[in-house]
Amino acid sequence: MIEFQLDTASGVATYLQLVQQVHQALRLGILEPGDRLPTAQQVVAKLAINPNTVLKAYRDLEREGLVRPRPGQGTFIVGTLPRSDPAAQEQFLVSMTTWLRKARAAGLGPDDIEAIYRTAVRNIFAEGAA
Amino acid sequence: MTAVIETNGLGKQYGRTWALRHCDLTIPEGKVVALVGPNGAGKTTLLHLAVGLLAPTSGTITVLGGRPGGGPAQLGRVGFVAQDTPAYAGLSVGKHLRMGGYLNAKWDQELAESRIGQLGLDPRQKAGSLSGGQRAQLALTLAIAKQPELLLLDEPLASLDPLARREFLQGLMEIVARHGVSVVLSSHLIADLERVCDYIVIIVASQVRLAGEVSGLLASHHRLSGPRRDPRTLPASQHVIEESHTDKQSTLLVRANEPILDPAWTVKRVTLDDLVLAYMSQARDLGPARRSALGVVS
Repeated sequence: MIEFQLDTASGVATYLQLVQQVHQALRLGILEPGDRLPTAQQVVAKLAINPNTVLKAYRDLEREGLVRPRPGQGTFIVGTLPRSDPAAQEQFLVSMTTWLRKARAAGLGPDDIEAIYRTAVRNIFAEGAA
Repeated sequence: MTAVIETNGLGKQYGRTWALRHCDLTIPEGKVVALVGPNGAGKTTLLHLAVGLLAPTSGTITVLGGRPGGGPAQLGRVGFVAQDTPAYAGLSVGKHLRMGGYLNAKWDQELAESRIGQLGLDPRQKAGSLSGGQRAQLALTLAIAKQPELLLLDEPLASLDPLARREFLQGLMEIVARHGVSVVLSSHLIADLERVCDYIVIIVASQVRLAGEVSGLLASHHRLSGPRRDPRTLPASQHVIEESHTDKQSTLLVRANEPILDPAWTVKRVTLDDLVLAYMSQARDLGPARRSALGVVS
């Protein structure tokens, strides 16, 4: 069983935060097929959020094939997500650091870099969605 | 989907002052509805009309398909917690529950007792010596043990400290999850409502300014900033709710159902807080005639 947390300042919709936390737990191997998610009642009793928010998150996860509700028993993990490979992460960290050094040498500050990063992420993921 | 509250041209007048006017609302069932607006905007008037404590001056209101206060059956279907979560100071917690049992046809004593137990309240304690948070929880327990289909709460959070507020909302959301009851709660503490409410009604100066699903409203409103520009030159599909200008820059809050494509604008998401404040200040700019209604009647 996992316990959900909320970051109210993040600006990310509450149901999406729940979805992302399940994703992350799957990637880290904290959740595995057969594990049960907390019931809507348990989640709202802890976080004081609208039960429909929890149900919406669980429906999204079900649509992704990651969980399945079993009537009267709860919602169970049935899918997996690829765990991220630590070696690959290390490699990207190295190339990112090199890139950042170059950017700094070219006179860019953290704000400029963040703007570039956000634009690039938006462009790349817009491509993927199209 | 059926409506828990439906009003048509609803109005309530006190002397020469309209406390609520031209109110057309359809609140769907199964929602947790935030009723927000400045003090004296007409929130309490609307709730009292919905319970049947007040009769309309004009228009109609239907609650769960029936006339508010129109008989014992109708009263049993609606739970109401009035402002300041009142209780009888001289009666013990246990006697409040017994009273609830005598006065309500569908009273669930087991539910009431288990909630009181969960809250750690002593049934022998007099309600007058409870903390604000405990009294609010007692009032909520009484309202929910009568097993209503609709729960109306008037400013239940106003006098509670942040921890008590949190515990109250946790309890309320647990009830919603377990019993599927529809809830309308009035408040001006928007930050607390953002997590719990999926529907919002904004009332300012006796009139409904905005009503709808929170997720839809947040998706259709945008904060734009960019080079100074006359808002009248915007596409017809974008409605300006709030604007501010410097000599070089314009910042707008617009309602638009289509994406904002103009590259001159930096587009940001709005929060529920932004939205409520924008609609409230928009109403304030409408002129003295309407402003005078503010703060007169609660």
